[in-house]
Amino acid sequence: MVSEGRLRGVIQQMYSPKVFEHIKKPRNMGEIKNPDAVGQAGNPVCGDVMKIYLKISKKAGQEYIKDIKFQTLGCGAAIATSSMMTTMVKGQPLDQAAKLSKQAIAEALGGLPKVKMHCSMLATEVLQKAIENYKNKS
Amino acid sequence: MKKAYLDNAATTAVDPQVLAAIQPYFSQKYGNASEPHRWGQEARVALDQARDQVATFLGAKSGEIIFTAGATESINFAHKGLIEALFQKFSSSNFQFSRKLHIITSSIEHKAVLETCRHLEKRGWVQVTTLPVDKYGLVKAADVAKAIKPNTVLVSVMYVNNEVGTVQPVAAIGKLLKKLNQLRVMSHQPPVYFHTDATQAVQYLDCQVDQLGVDLLSLTGHKIYAPKGIGALYVRQGTPLVRQLDGGGQEFNTRAGTENVPYIVGLGAAIERVSRVDQDTKLTKIIKLRDKLIKGVLQIPGAVLTGHPIKRAPHIASFAFRGAEGEAILLYLSEKGIAAASGSACTSGQLQASHVLTAMGVKPELVHGSLRLSLGKDNTEAEVNYVLQTLPVVIKKLRAMAPK
Repeated sequence: MVSEGRLRGVIQQMYSPKVFEHIKKPRNMGEIKNPDAVGQAGNPVCGDVMKIYLKISKKAGQEYIKDIKFQTLGCGAAIATSSMMTTMVKGQPLDQAAKLSKQAIAEALGGLPKVKMHCSMLATEVLQKAIENYKNKS
Repeated sequence: MKKAYLDNAATTAVDPQVLAAIQPYFSQKYGNASEPHRWGQEARVALDQARDQVATFLGAKSGEIIFTAGATESINFAHKGLIEALFQKFSSSNFQFSRKLHIITSSIEHKAVLETCRHLEKRGWVQVTTLPVDKYGLVKAADVAKAIKPNTVLVSVMYVNNEVGTVQPVAAIGKLLKKLNQLRVMSHQPPVYFHTDATQAVQYLDCQVDQLGVDLLSLTGHKIYAPKGIGALYVRQGTPLVRQLDGGGQEFNTRAGTENVPYIVGLGAAIERVSRVDQDTKLTKIIKLRDKLIKGVLQIPGAVLTGHPIKRAPHIASFAFRGAEGEAILLYLSEKGIAAASGSACTSGQLQASHVLTAMGVKPELVHGSLRLSLGKDNTEAEVNYVLQTLPVVIKKLRAMAPK
């Protein structure tokens, strides 16, 4: 017997139009020269590598993400989640950006196929690492 | 927008002439072939003709062809039906194996074979030896010989690998099994049966069953311009099989269920078309296009050819790219009107990287960047040029996106 859960896992789902939009035109893609922080997650053996660069500014004693750029080696979902993540945290206070969840990224993309949820996890992981990198420096 | 469908190893368009042959069997000649009336007999004649067409192509007798819903069903039936039959045979005779029955297969088989073998193994009915391949995805006939044990009853090796196009030494394996079986018969031992999955070979390579020395051969219609959902299993006379679909007496009592007459007619028409004389010119054209693809794609820095450089099917060109992920390549190509395939983990529902490329020893980071371009009879040189013009741009774009 095939359980319902297993069946659902096996059935491949399509990407949402929003995911396709970000695959076609990734936002904030590239590199920042002299970044205030960098983060990297994943590895080429498992298939996905994400790297982000942060520029931080301070206003009224609070730290903001002034600029963010990403580089991703990975599938469509990996590209779309990293692109979406950058748009969600750009201009945000650092403390608030640190709270971004993988569900929030997936929701903003109009949902992700179940098997691709790990890509949004990688996007939050890379963000956490960059923030950590910044905190360790300052 | 320009378009180029280079995923013919996944499926093909139904040939207009095949479609024309099928059409009358939906609403005009719709009889049930099991009925004695005129309607039924009309369907019966069509079934017999299609069976003859498939048999002729394989150099087999009509009575050795069983129509199925496709290669996956043929494969399941061949393996499960044989093992069940041998179980029955051995348990009712004095001949007893002290151990389980033994199947030899290869690590680059289609999932239909590997999963079927795993099923039989899980049930505790068989023990399975999965042979390794070399870096070109080639099974060695000598390895088959070495793996044979007294309890071996089935060898299952595909004819052409679907991912990299490597042509397997089926005839050589058939030859060595024939020799072995002569000895077995003399010592009153049961023979080793030989199955091949010829799904990607039909229309490109010699599929005469006596040349190949096979007892069981699986094929499907939708790779040769017939519809999806129709296939056939060749069963050499005398090969024991227990039917897996119980019910009526259709298909010589081996596969119950009212025959899918229109699609069977389609399979017959399609297989006849690919065995015609003009096939040679079509083959030359496809080989030329494939070689042009291979030469052109290998110009891209960091591109490697996967599969055998010479022993490869005419329609499959397969590659791996450093620093670009397969699914992303497919999506960007699709954006440009090009259909291709990849063995990247992200393109599979289970997130497993290609077992074929992995078995060939291709490094994981390269497997993720794999790409298969597969040709069909309708592909043109202009389409190949378009792919060769587009692919380098896509790879460059993806690499520019990746961390350095």
